[in-house]
Amino acid sequence: MKKAPIHRFADSPIHRFTHSPIFIALWLALLFLPFKGLEAAGVLFIVLFAAVSLLRVFKNYAGKIKGLLSSLKKFISGRIRIKLPESKTRSIALTLLMSVVVMALPFYGHDYLIDIAVLSGIYIILAQGLNIVVGFTGLLNLGFVAFYAIGAYSYALLNTKLGIGFWASLPLSVMLVTLSGFILAIPALRLKGDYLAIVTLGFGEIVRLVLNNWDSFTKGPNGIGGIEPPHIFGMQISRLGQFYYFIIIFVLLAVFIIRRVAASRIGRAWIAIREDEIASSSIGINTTAYKLYSFAFGAFWAGLAGVLFAAKMQFVSPESFTFMESVLILCMVILGGLGSIPGVILGAIILVMLPEMLREVQLYRMLALGSGLVMLMIFRPQGLMGGKGVSFRS
Amino acid sequence: MLELNDIHTFYGPIEALKGITLKVNQGEIVCLIGNNGAGKSTTLMAISGILKPKAGTISFIGSDISDMPPHSIVERGISHVPEGRRIFPRLTVKENLEMGAYTVGSRTNKNKKLKSQFDKVYEMFPVLRERERQMGGTLSGGEQQMLAISRALMSEPKLLLLDEPSLGLAPIIVSRIFKAIQEINQEGVTILLVEQNAHAALNLSGRGYVLENGRIKMHGQGKELLNSEEVKKAYLGE
Repeated sequence: MKKAPIHRFADSPIHRFTHSPIFIALWLALLFLPFKGLEAAGVLFIVLFAAVSLLRVFKNYAGKIKGLLSSLKKFISGRIRIKLPESKTRSIALTLLMSVVVMALPFYGHDYLIDIAVLSGIYIILAQGLNIVVGFTGLLNLGFVAFYAIGAYSYALLNTKLGIGFWASLPLSVMLVTLSGFILAIPALRLKGDYLAIVTLGFGEIVRLVLNNWDSFTKGPNGIGGIEPPHIFGMQISRLGQFYYFIIIFVLLAVFIIRRVAASRIGRAWIAIREDEIASSSIGINTTAYKLYSFAFGAFWAGLAGVLFAAKMQFVSPESFTFMESVLILCMVILGGLGSIPGVILGAIILVMLPEMLREVQLYRMLALGSGLVMLMIFRPQGLMGGKGVSFRS
Repeated sequence: MLELNDIHTFYGPIEALKGITLKVNQGEIVCLIGNNGAGKSTTLMAISGILKPKAGTISFIGSDISDMPPHSIVERGISHVPEGRRIFPRLTVKENLEMGAYTVGSRTNKNKKLKSQFDKVYEMFPVLRERERQMGGTLSGGEQQMLAISRALMSEPKLLLLDEPSLGLAPIIVSRIFKAIQEINQEGVTILLVEQNAHAALNLSGRGYVLENGRIKMHGQGKELLNSEEVKKAYLGE
């Protein structure tokens, strides 16, 4: 048998050099140099060199370590028998424990933590909305933040200009966003794949630019302040703890409804379209209509998240609705696992919490986040909790 | 049952079908043969509404379906097994079949109907019952073809359009599939079959059409075409 050329290349001195720890460290340090200066690049070089060399050494012993661990495991499980309760009771107990942790957060957490938790809640709703479009239906939407922005601004404007309260503006705003979802979908759904992604990206930018430049109506880059927080039975929801429970109710509602819809005829049609559009139409699914529903239903939740965001911050400005925000939401969906509802919840929480936790190492925050995502895509391309991988075909 | 009258279709500026006229009667197996690019698959796509004809009419059981969207055509009783099988790879076999019955879901007493449909296809292809919980994409090519045909049958079609069911399959599987096509036909489903495997297809069919460059070159009884010198030379390699 002939040896494949790639093997010969692997043995070549060039290959050996480019894969040596010193080259890898040098290369990344050079890339880093223009951004953080000589000192940081030097530190990075040393750290990377040590890390890569260690990894190499570790790799040589990986097999041995694995064997050792498994024999250790056997040894322990042979000696000690821990009686684990049955899986069903265990999962109920776990759910109970988690709900206690979540529900009691305002009693043990300080304001900073509750604030982040509220933000996580808003992002969970938002990411679930995008998950409908990208995860279930397989349509790549890069301008999802536009719907979030429309939701937030419509509550802000209805409230500050017309004095309409939260509960009256909520359905109005959400309806408006759903309608804008329909309007975007009608031209966009003639396109497929990359083209659709670019059109949605354009839509996101258009909405942001309109908000930024229409000074007389949206106050431009200054934003709109003094938005009223919601009231329940005459009680104003303005304290963080109250708002936390308020958000939880909406998150539960969103997750419940989206789960039900995803398991229905409509959800099945979405998944079929994601898997194969031509096959879907050949078995009698009205693909145009269902793609339209998917866009509008996704937009609906983004609108709700937008209204909640405006009500929480009591201030909106175009800065909160940049393209990076769309990317962040998409990252939450991909991180958690496309089409997986619990996964997307986890993804949203992680991506809200992580930057906050990494605030200590401010400088390297985005670097760590970025490399974390790269690692994830290499080792777990289906996302943290995604069972079935998804490709963007239509 | 199905009548195509002077159908023209285009892919951008390229005219793929240059006036196709054909007829399929109730209970028949009709086959379309022809070279690559002759317009066989395009004809099927025009019938099932995936591709809209620019000119001409298609009528099915007395009503004009040329302007209908694909999903309404399925509801009228035409099921299309697309070329290359196109099963849903990340749905299980059972889910694939359930999706096939999508149009059944809106009818009354659907559960009873669904069950009998499942029994029917499982009887025809017992291997699908064994693989019920497996992902569609993990099946072998032959099993995927069986799944694709079964999925199309779930909507209880009156007319089944089959696009190259023997594509890339081992001879023994091909004969199994062809036998199934015959069984389906005997149960009263009319079949319009597109095949490269002209010999087997013409043997199976009552009538056949030979397509060339988007036009119908000749048509006749299956056996007749098999014996025709021209067909022999061009498609059977004899």
